Amino acid sequence: MLIVVSLVGMLPLKLKAQTDEDGIMMNKNQICAGPTYSYSSWSHYWEGAFKRNNQNLGTVSTQMIGFMGIYGITKKLNIVGNLPYVWTNASAGTLHGQHGFQDLSGWVKWLPVRQNIGKGVLSVFTLAGGSVPLSNYIADYLPLSIGLHSRTASGRVILDYQLGHFFTTGSATYTLRSDITIDRNAYYTTALHTTNRVDMPDLWSFNFRTGYRANNLIIEAVASNMTTPGGFDIRKNDMPFPSNKMNATMVGAHFKYEFNSPKGLLITGGGNYTVAGRNVGQSTAFDFGVFYQLYFSKKK
Amino acid sequence: MRRILFWALGIMITASACDKKVSDRTADLPPLQPVNQDLNAGSWKLVLLSRPDSFAVAVPAATTSPLYVADLNEIKGYQAHLSGDMQGKIKYWSAGGVLRWNEIMRDLMAKYNLPPYQNADGTYPAPNPANPFAYPLFPFSNPPYAARAYAYVSGAQYDALVACWYYKNQFKRPAPYTVDPTINALAGKSTLPSYPSEGAVLAGVTAEMMKLLFPGEIANIQQKLQEQELALIASGTATRSDVTAGETLGRQIAEVFIARGRTDNAGKAIGTSTDWNNFVTVTQAKGEAPWYSLEAPKRPPQLPLFGKVKGFLCDSAAIVALRPGPPPSTSSDQMKQETLDAYNTIKNPSREQMRIVQFWADGVGTYTPPGHWNAIAAEDFVARNYSEVRWARNMALLNMAEMDAAISCWDIKYYYFNPRPTQMDPRIKTLTGIPNFPSYVSGHSMFSFAAATVLGHIIPERAGAYNAMAQEAANSRVYAGIHYAIDCDAGRTVGQNVGNVAVNRAKIDGAE
Repeated sequence: MLIVVSLVGMLPLKLKAQTDEDGIMMNKNQICAGPTYSYSSWSHYWEGAFKRNNQNLGTVSTQMIGFMGIYGITKKLNIVGNLPYVWTNASAGTLHGQHGFQDLSGWVKWLPVRQNIGKGVLSVFTLAGGSVPLSNYIADYLPLSIGLHSRTASGRVILDYQLGHFFTTGSATYTLRSDITIDRNAYYTTALHTTNRVDMPDLWSFNFRTGYRANNLIIEAVASNMTTPGGFDIRKNDMPFPSNKMNATMVGAHFKYEFNSPKGLLITGGGNYTVAGRNVGQSTAFDFGVFYQLYFSKKK
Repeated sequence: MRRILFWALGIMITASACDKKVSDRTADLPPLQPVNQDLNAGSWKLVLLSRPDSFAVAVPAATTSPLYVADLNEIKGYQAHLSGDMQGKIKYWSAGGVLRWNEIMRDLMAKYNLPPYQNADGTYPAPNPANPFAYPLFPFSNPPYAARAYAYVSGAQYDALVACWYYKNQFKRPAPYTVDPTINALAGKSTLPSYPSEGAVLAGVTAEMMKLLFPGEIANIQQKLQEQELALIASGTATRSDVTAGETLGRQIAEVFIARGRTDNAGKAIGTSTDWNNFVTVTQAKGEAPWYSLEAPKRPPQLPLFGKVKGFLCDSAAIVALRPGPPPSTSSDQMKQETLDAYNTIKNPSREQMRIVQFWADGVGTYTPPGHWNAIAAEDFVARNYSEVRWARNMALLNMAEMDAAISCWDIKYYYFNPRPTQMDPRIKTLTGIPNFPSYVSGHSMFSFAAATVLGHIIPERAGAYNAMAQEAANSRVYAGIHYAIDCDAGRTVGQNVGNVAVNRAKIDGAE
């Protein structure tokens, strides 16, 4: 099980379990859980297409400690859950950093198709998931808010093809995001809105990964993209806003290693870099996780 | 398995169903039905005009004349083929012209409230009114600019509607649906004479004011004017001749305000580098630590000579008389204590403190604190069904007070040139951007208490609520870490004093 940290939006870090983006399933009654730490930072960002830095922010960093678990209801049906705590900080300027519990997220992952094609194995996964904010954190405080405070519901399809020890996995995800309520009672997007409700754009995300996958080691290259089909651009020298269009393309690499002894212990790690974006920070991110997996078998 | 997929799909459908369409608070108002037409408003005290008939309005054609019949036929033509879009525009404008133009002004303030991005060499470009479309766009509608812009538009709308009411009363031309019962009154009926059209007066005066205030928006606002005028005619509220006379009168009266605006010193408020350095020298000569910009690169102070702008209520001697005593010396123990208090307040802010900070921040990209008080006023006025002329009068009182609050506040800020808390102690992190001008006294406190004083006079049963809001707005600046408590205490007193100047005018303007 691997963890990928991706930067969603102007900064809020989203913990993305690779287990919800990979081609791997837990066995029936198998559980895998543990903490992850991630660090993401940027000094440059895009206001619309205009790339800049900001001496009044310096380097904006986000740290996250997440606790994540995955459980096999059957070997074809898994559930995944995630509990993150997030800190933000700006190295320059005067803005006050934030910290708190972000959004609890969960997935149901189902493997409807697994069949041999040629010399390899093709698997198709379908997932449904969602997230809810865990605290009344402030969303309208970008780039230092810890999240966007929207409730989300997502659908995802994953295709995975394994040939010997080499694999390729691709996925597409659509995420519905609920309106959010902010502390202000009026705000400007491309026009003035006299309400404290904010209509949030939905989100497309795509993930492509390929590499080496054996019994106790996975090494892979990862490319991902997120695109908000709606939303609006940050104007020059304006503040970011939760309903901005936030697009990003990231490349990175990850690994998972499972120890033979002690049995059940595994570590994950990796990093990624934002190569292109719109209304997001150009982040560099690293993550590291330690997990333990065991069987919950019913007493006989 | 299939059941699980259905269940997952169910979650998504539920989540999307919960996602209600976001709509503005004033999106769905009924037509304005004034409880009192204020037929005597032609005699109310004017702001700049010397007489309500300073600009002549031609005697309207008789309602039996062929010209008027042609006017009615135009209305009937629209009403025979009303599109859904037109019905929506009729509904929108029927809620009230002062309200809608005030909302449009707030939209413009937010749109233009962006500080210019720096040049490559760390200096900052200044917006140029002669070339409003070049970056940085003109204007940068920061709080003093916005306060003045709201006041000019509201003052001009008020004078124009007083003149409008004067002529309505003189000519007493009935509304089209009164003359011809086959015409539908799609925006409500009233006994108010329809010539000149008050809606068109508002459109004309506001569109014309764009030439001074938002020269990059003349075309956009012209389209709003046409939309409103068409809605007035198609709804049966006014004829083409009512509208034409109204727009012309509005534009003429706006010219008087524009001429004043070109010579009210606002154009010089940005100052020169000599002026900026002089504040430092003068403050140091007093033995005080001078303010400096906490932005990087350091930005020149915001409109440092705005204190010399000519207000509508207070003359320059009155502005000087409004100055409070000095803040504690920057080297005094009291200032150290104030700074420590500011640090302790911001160290571990509560969520409620953050809410208050964000609610009142009204910073970059917003309609500014005077705009926030316009929004508060407008939403309260809606429920009171004022006539358009009373709406305009109340908004003018509010916005003339806000403009003078800006003038007085900027006079005080640059007279004392006092540092922000973070300049005195860099450990003080803030919950909103630090405004780029001196600390003493708090602009939010002045704007808010001036507004609360005026609004509390207009709606006495809400006076306590307005004062509580103003106090929360003042506190928000302390919670944010950008003001000392003394800045807000002093700002409250001066703000109330400015508000009372407007209240004294209100008591004798003929409307009470």
